[in-house]
Amino acid sequence: MLNFIGYRVLQLIPLLIAISIIVFFIIQLPPGDFLTSYIQQLELSGTDVAQSAIISLKQQYGLDQPLYMQYFIWLKNIILHGDLGRSFQWNQPVTQVIGERLALTMAISISTLIFVWIVAIPIGIYSATHQYSFLDYLFTFIGFIGLAVPGFLIALILVYVVFVNTGVSITGLFSPEFQSAPWSWDKFMNMLPRIWLPIVVIGMAGTAGLIRLTRGLLLDELQKQYVITARAKGVGEKKLLFKYPVRMAINPLISTIGWTLPGIISGEAIVSIVLNLPTTGPILLKALMFQDMYLAGSFILILSVLTVIGTLLSDILLVMIDPRIKFGGVQE
Amino acid sequence: MSVMVKLRNKWSGKTALNKRREKSEGYEVASQWQLMWWKFRKHKLAMMALFVLAFLYLLAVFCEFLSPALPQQRFTAYKNAPPTKIHFYDKKTGFSFRPFVYDYKQKVNPKTFLRTFTEVKTEKYPIYFFVKGPKYKFWGLFETDIHLFGLKAKNKPLFLMGTDDLGRDLLTRILYGGRISLSFGLLGIVFTLFLGLILGGISGYLGGVTDTIIQRLIDLLICLPTIPLWMALAAALPRDWSSAQIYFGMLLIFSVIGWTELARVVRGKILALREEDFTMAARLAGASDMRIIMKHLVPSFASYIIVVVTLAIPGTILGETALSFLGLGLQPPVVSWGVLLQDAQNLETLAHHPWLLWPAAFIIVTVLMFNFLGDGLRDAADPYK
Repeated sequence: MLNFIGYRVLQLIPLLIAISIIVFFIIQLPPGDFLTSYIQQLELSGTDVAQSAIISLKQQYGLDQPLYMQYFIWLKNIILHGDLGRSFQWNQPVTQVIGERLALTMAISISTLIFVWIVAIPIGIYSATHQYSFLDYLFTFIGFIGLAVPGFLIALILVYVVFVNTGVSITGLFSPEFQSAPWSWDKFMNMLPRIWLPIVVIGMAGTAGLIRLTRGLLLDELQKQYVITARAKGVGEKKLLFKYPVRMAINPLISTIGWTLPGIISGEAIVSIVLNLPTTGPILLKALMFQDMYLAGSFILILSVLTVIGTLLSDILLVMIDPRIKFGGVQE
Repeated sequence: MSVMVKLRNKWSGKTALNKRREKSEGYEVASQWQLMWWKFRKHKLAMMALFVLAFLYLLAVFCEFLSPALPQQRFTAYKNAPPTKIHFYDKKTGFSFRPFVYDYKQKVNPKTFLRTFTEVKTEKYPIYFFVKGPKYKFWGLFETDIHLFGLKAKNKPLFLMGTDDLGRDLLTRILYGGRISLSFGLLGIVFTLFLGLILGGISGYLGGVTDTIIQRLIDLLICLPTIPLWMALAAALPRDWSSAQIYFGMLLIFSVIGWTELARVVRGKILALREEDFTMAARLAGASDMRIIMKHLVPSFASYIIVVVTLAIPGTILGETALSFLGLGLQPPVVSWGVLLQDAQNLETLAHHPWLLWPAAFIIVTVLMFNFLGDGLRDAADPYK
């Protein structure tokens, strides 16, 4: 087990390096470096920039050195000091801007993942055991829409429908009095009735996909010989279903976290813009609009790394649940 | 083929048994594509999707002729006007077969400054086919001013889906936007197909180190959250690019990120087919590598490629829509469905002018139809099952 985990963690390293190169590339994409825009910004607002300040900033981020050295300095700052660079738009270190929003994004994403499982697996099991029933058709239809229509359109339409019918704007996560308040129990309770909407909207696509997957896998399992054998031997239907085929069908569900999670995080970015949530999405958009590239790049870096870690956890979980994969799969 | 069989049966008056035999013989000699078509035809939802999509693409192709106005034409007296009602019955003149509309009168609420429009039922403005309207260049080739339908009266309201805050006809803009959005889906897939086929093909055929590198690249691209990545790359497109350049730049962005699924399918199929008996037979018969690939391998998995491609098109359309909606993609004055949806971002605006959601309806229908079509194709892709 430890071997396996170690092996998988080692595998991550080239992946993480590749991600960091892509992100660094994105940061470098817009013409001019961030310091030039930063100084421009300061001069526009009437502040005189001392030459010494420029030089010290230049040295800190290695802007006077060739590109590959800049990359290494950038990476070193992240790994050793947790310094992601500076957001000139907020005039703060990136880590301070990101902090709480990132936590909320992760909270929403993980809740969404759990929501997807809780909803999709029972429905998938029901659909497979009651194939071609009315509810099966209904779920298939809803699933189709959930899969085809992107979250931000669903969010847009939901917000409109609720606003027209009740006059309540369901955007945001908190009511105004809690928006900039520090975290407290009241603030948390204030969030609960509002957080389900983004979770449902973001989870739509994942739920739909997972229902289809569970249904298909379980249908395949149910036709297998061992099910017939068990039934012939007189095992009760409930026990028969949950003891073997369901367990078999659930396995791939965990291994698909690898693509469910990026989908959810990706969807969260755009749904949160429509719903105006205090998460990473709106800030990322703003940062991109103003070409505040350290901020934007850091978001992408962190979101990608978190996705990769999520995938790793799902792999480990899979090995714990399915002993067949334990060691054989690694060598392949 | 099947038509021929049917005709022959009709003329020769064969018995039911014979007919059945004929039919089964038809199946035996039919080509793979014919079998697929027969199977696809049975999928009613997919057939419907095919017709709806054909219709939408026709709308996009002939948008200049079909739309009653021009996309940038402003009806300054009718800003944010609701959809015009089409009437057949008038109190004075009674029922008429020719549909007509009434003019609008605008009122401004002195407290809220909201504009409301009421119909002025004094004069009818009948709708005619093939009327002369504003001039346009059809496909950029020849100038004409004939529109499929419209009013003969100048500057009177015929806004079947309302107008936006500058008084531009939304239906016209949706039709023109369809041209951009729908073509984006098709062109985007051409680049993606190109990348996916080449990289997947190389990966499957060469194997070894090349295969490993390409597979790791795919793993990397799959674990990146696509929308933030799209946003970042789209935002990095130079601001001084022309709209055509941005259009192609975005196509490239989507292809560079989106080829993985296709490459996986191609590689998987090539790996599986390489070991098949018929490949071995062809090789023993002395066929060259190129001939085996082109004559035996590609036709065997072409149907799967079509399925993946069909299911990938809506993703590209949605990507363009999402980015343009956020203001990172195509910019006005270019009209695409995403650009049109920008107007619907503000909740207040939307509540008072709900017709601004019409582009969303077009997007949803298009995407759903592509999914239905892809589903039908997937069922038909393996006709021997």
